[in-house]
Amino acid sequence: MNFAPSHFAAVLLFAAFASVVFGITQRSTTQAMVKYGLYCFALFVAAVIGAGWLMWLVRR
Amino acid sequence: MATNVQISSKSGEKPEAHSSTLGYAALALGWLIPGAGHVLVKRPIRGLLLFISIASMFVLGVAMQGKLYTPNAGEILNILGFIGDLGAGLLYVVARALDFGHNPVQIATADYGTKFAVVAGLLNFIAAIDAHNIGIGRKS
Repeated sequence: MNFAPSHFAAVLLFAAFASVVFGITQRSTTQAMVKYGLYCFALFVAAVIGAGWLMWLVRR
Repeated sequence: MATNVQISSKSGEKPEAHSSTLGYAALALGWLIPGAGHVLVKRPIRGLLLFISIASMFVLGVAMQGKLYTPNAGEILNILGFIGDLGAGLLYVVARALDFGHNPVQIATADYGTKFAVVAGLLNFIAAIDAHNIGIGRKS
């Protein structure tokens, strides 16, 4: 059993799974769960892209 | 909480005891099998989604050659890692029984795999507590 995703694919997988759990556990209605899950997913991905650009700037 | 107890005693029944039992059963079952606590409190769709998410995260972590922490009394980070891994319940027990998670971390994705497994366990703690809250009527 060996799985070696790219760094960005790993981020997307992590964000998707964590967002599903956050959405279901932190909200009560279905609509609110979906909205919160999408919000968390967007924040995860945006934070990683932001951190990536920050590291690129620091490296220069 | 106190209000519920008063209502229960006035009506002469023991719904609090029942919901409390259901709540703790959902907590324990939800910890052992991700999402099973939600199935127990009659939220099967949520339970299925939680199982898919948490089990996939844990299995992918192991498949990425991530490390599974063992019981230890060493460094605090190792102890916390073990607690996180243990949150996955039977998934952790099965993975350890099949001798996964022993490879030394040699590539970046293996380190990610270690984090995937720990976070899957921590997310399962949250899911089990959510099932408990539904079981005792604190959440719908």
